[in-house]
Amino acid sequence: MRAVGIIGTGQSAFTKSRSDVNYPELVREGAELALADAGVTMADVGAVVFPLAPDALIGVGNGERWCVEALGAQGKPFMRVNTGGATGLTAVVAGYVHVASGLFDVVLVAGADRVSESRSAQSVLNKMWDVAYERPFPLNTITMLALAAQRYNAKYGADERDLARVTVKNRRHAALNPHAHLRTPITEDEVLATRMISWPLKLADLCPSSTGAGAVVLASEEFARRSGRPVAWIRGAGQSSETFWMGDRVGPAALGDHADADALGEAMARSYRRAGLTKPREQLDVAELYAPFSSVELHAIEAAGLCPKGESFRRMADGEFALGAGGPVVNPSGGTLCTNPIAVTGLVRAAEVALQVTGRAGARQVPGASVGVATAIGGDHQFYASMVLANHLEEIA
Amino acid sequence: MTTQDARPAVISEPAFFEQTWDLSYRHALGTTVGGFLAGLRDKRLLGRRCPECQRVLFPARSFCDRDHVETTDWVEVGHHGVLEMFTIVYEPFPGMRVPPPYVLAYARLDGADTAVVGYVKGLDLSDVSAAAARLTTGTPVWVRFADDPRGEVTDFWFEVSDG
Repeated sequence: MRAVGIIGTGQSAFTKSRSDVNYPELVREGAELALADAGVTMADVGAVVFPLAPDALIGVGNGERWCVEALGAQGKPFMRVNTGGATGLTAVVAGYVHVASGLFDVVLVAGADRVSESRSAQSVLNKMWDVAYERPFPLNTITMLALAAQRYNAKYGADERDLARVTVKNRRHAALNPHAHLRTPITEDEVLATRMISWPLKLADLCPSSTGAGAVVLASEEFARRSGRPVAWIRGAGQSSETFWMGDRVGPAALGDHADADALGEAMARSYRRAGLTKPREQLDVAELYAPFSSVELHAIEAAGLCPKGESFRRMADGEFALGAGGPVVNPSGGTLCTNPIAVTGLVRAAEVALQVTGRAGARQVPGASVGVATAIGGDHQFYASMVLANHLEEIA
Repeated sequence: MTTQDARPAVISEPAFFEQTWDLSYRHALGTTVGGFLAGLRDKRLLGRRCPECQRVLFPARSFCDRDHVETTDWVEVGHHGVLEMFTIVYEPFPGMRVPPPYVLAYARLDGADTAVVGYVKGLDLSDVSAAAARLTTGTPVWVRFADDPRGEVTDFWFEVSDG
């Protein structure tokens, strides 16, 4: 396996909807931003990886076909990746393997989403449950995460105010990020006063439906060094999967608990081992942890090894994990909670860590960041991806 | 002035396309799921036991995901159990017919090693805090069946049991 770096990132300004572009034009926007940032052109790209989750969310069957021209992929290998919410990061992992294998020197990973164009998003997402046993019930991504939130809170003694603190922190961060969708700061009491959706989750505990594009350019060590661009080196990637059945993640016979994010912890541990990272709390400067709802960030912080299980909410109440607090900063971009363009959400996690470790994150920069981790979660907590990035190829101290 | 210059300027204007997907399917469920659903018509709750790890998978599955072997025996599980997790839904979701508020939960029934999804009925949901205080992980529940079960998972639901 060769060393691989991210040499360019592109993100549009994420928003509720865009009427000035159609879907392939939106995809092209992100790709062009990343190529320009990398100082390369379509002609340098050897292969294209395209992230896209369920077709029905964009309302186009096999939307990857529509985007071949937008990504300059005629005559090149092209691959669509779909692991639900993890899609964007799994696509970056696929692109990484393309380059690490030695088969390609430069790979473009680019996509977009326009979630708000569907008036049926939660109905589309309900279709992922078992047709006989579960789909007759209104299971969707909101109710499934509310179940996990209730179980976490009951297991560890957290409450709705603990969830509200996550939103407050992330909105404060998003206000510093020109690409973020929800950028208005909010107070704990304001979060608690938003309308109840699925107890214990209220409107401000939930991500928005975002529209926008994201892309990264991956390059081999030789190409990356020759490019003269700031490089975020991919030091380790890890993935894991969890059982289909939520009901199998409870009780004494369960291997993982739906309250926790045990399989995410496995994926992250694999990425840490490959990176030679042994003490995440001391060695990580920044973590972009996929967490579409406030509640998810709590168990994701614990799965990342940034604190023991059941302690993240207490530490967040003490001000930890925020910009300016010292120690690893979690979601300095504002995270998925403030911006969720499903197909590229996981990709944006990697792009944000790349910007952080190369010192290019603007007002949301974690001072002196050199090592970070990006994660994503897909399906009903089925598919997990994790990627460690650093601004060097030396041993991680 | 040339003819070309005399053409009216093109005004860039957003345009939209509206569509609805109307898709129809008839899914095969297999004989194991079929057996489970048939059991519901007799108000029986059926799981399947793994011959290796001895777990009772409920609702019934035809193979064990850990040992990768076919399950063997049908096992009838109890009508009492405990809540494992729940949520109280106040938001209507487009395309999902059930009107809020309602309690959606997973409960693990006596004799089963896994939990099953269902509604918790019989609670006053007008005050969310009061309703949420009645339930937690571990709350005892029991199963109630519709008077005329049709062989569907919505034939049964949970209610809080008093012991």
